[in-house]
Amino acid sequence: MSRFLRTVLALAWKDILLELRSRDMVVSVLLFGFLVILVFNFALKPTPRQVPQLAPAILWVSFVFAGTLMVERAFVREREQGGLEGLLLTPVSRDAIFLGKAFTSFLFMLMVEGVLLALLALLLNFSPFSVILLATLFLATLGFATVGTLFSAMAVQTRAREVMLPVLFFPIILPVLVGAVEVTSRALAGEGAAAAGRWLPLIGVFDALFLVICPWAFGAVMEE
Amino acid sequence: MSEHTSDAAIWVKGLSKSFGHGPVLRGLDLVVTWGESLAMFGANGAGKTTLLRILATQARPDAGTVMVAGCQLSRQAAAARGRVGVVAHGGLLYDDLTCLENLVFYGRLYGLPDVHTRGLAVLERLALKDQAGRRVRTLSHGQQKRLAIARAILHNPRLLLLDEAESGLDSESLAVLRTVVAEWTTPERAVMMTTHNRELGHAWATRTVELSGGRLQPAARPALDTAR
Repeated sequence: MSRFLRTVLALAWKDILLELRSRDMVVSVLLFGFLVILVFNFALKPTPRQVPQLAPAILWVSFVFAGTLMVERAFVREREQGGLEGLLLTPVSRDAIFLGKAFTSFLFMLMVEGVLLALLALLLNFSPFSVILLATLFLATLGFATVGTLFSAMAVQTRAREVMLPVLFFPIILPVLVGAVEVTSRALAGEGAAAAGRWLPLIGVFDALFLVICPWAFGAVMEE
Repeated sequence: MSEHTSDAAIWVKGLSKSFGHGPVLRGLDLVVTWGESLAMFGANGAGKTTLLRILATQARPDAGTVMVAGCQLSRQAAAARGRVGVVAHGGLLYDDLTCLENLVFYGRLYGLPDVHTRGLAVLERLALKDQAGRRVRTLSHGQQKRLAIARAILHNPRLLLLDEAESGLDSESLAVLRTVVAEWTTPERAVMMTTHNRELGHAWATRTVELSGGRLQPAARPALDTAR
C-alpha cells in the first residue's frame, strides 16, 4: 500500500474512531433527516401516483440539509481541538489530508442517506433497490462530499461559518443536485436504465473535475 | 547565501512579517547551530510565536530567506516538517482518542515503522506509559502538555521548537521537559524555545536572545541566576 493511501486511511480511521466515541455528528444529523422526511411526508401526503414527482424532492432536500450539517463538522472538530494545526505540521501532502477528510464525509453521508432512503421508501411504499437510483446516490454524494469538504475548510476559518458554507457551496454543487433530482425522479417513475439519461454521466464528469480541483484548492486554502 | 547555511539548524536572513496592525518582524537575522539550545525572550506581541510559526512552516514570511534543518522553507517545506518537532500553545491532540491512539495516528502520518512500539517507548520516556489507554480529555493539564511533547519528539526530529512549553507545568513535568531539552542539545540536534521565564531560559539554554522591535539581540542575564 502506498504512503499516500496509508495516510488517507489513517485520517479516515481517526475520524471514524472519534465519531464512534462522541456520536455527536451521525446521530444528530440522522435525527434531523428523519424530521425533515416526516414533516414533508405528513405535509404533502403524496398519493402513489405523485411519488415519482414528490419523493425525489423530499429525499434530496433531506440529503442536502443533512449533508451540509455533516460536511460543516468535518473541520470544526479539527479546529476546536487544534488537530488541523497538528496535521499541517506533519510532512504529509495537503492532498492526502483533504482526501482523508472527504472520504470520511462521503462514508458518513452514504450511511445516513441509506437510512433516510429506507425510511422514505417505507413511508411512500416504493422500492429503493434500483441500480440507477443507488448509482445516483453514490455519485452525487461523492461530488457533494468533495466540494463540501473544501468549502468546510474555507468556512471554518471565518466567523460566520454556518452562513458562509451554504452561500459558497450551493452554487457550485447545484448542477450535481439538479441532475440527481432529475435521475431520481425518472428512476422512481420506472424508466429503468433510460432514467440515467445525460444527467448521470454529467454528475460523473462533475465528480471527476471536483476530485482534481478540490485537493489542489485545499492546498492553496491551507497556505496560512 | 553563506556556505555555512547547511551546517545550521536554523538560518534566517532578512525575515520580515507584517499583520494588519503593522510589522512584527523587521529584517530579522538568526543562526542556530547544531548542538545549540536557544531561548528567546520577548514581551507579549513581540513576535516570538510568529517567528516559531514561520520556522515550523505554519506561516509564510513576507520577505527573507529561511532554512530549517537544511531545508529552504520556500521550496522544501514538507521535508522540513519531517525534521522538526513542535510544541505549540495548544496540545494539537484529539481529546477523544487515548494517549497511545494519538501517537499511533501521528506516527502513521510521519510514516514511522512499528508505531505502537514507538508510541509506547515515547510515552515511557515522558513518564506517561501508565496513561497510554486514557483519553486525552481525562488527563491533567501537565499530563496533556507532556503528551504534546511526546507527540513532538515521536518522529525523533533533529530540531525541536518549543513555544512556552514550560507554562503551567508542575515540577515533575518541568524536570521531564528539562531532560528532553538537554537530550536535544547534542551535536546532531538543536532546540529553540520561547519563554517568559528568564531564569529558566538562562539555566536551560546554551544561548539566549531577546526579540524586541522585530529584531533579535543578545539577552541580558538576570542579576540572580537561581534556576541553575
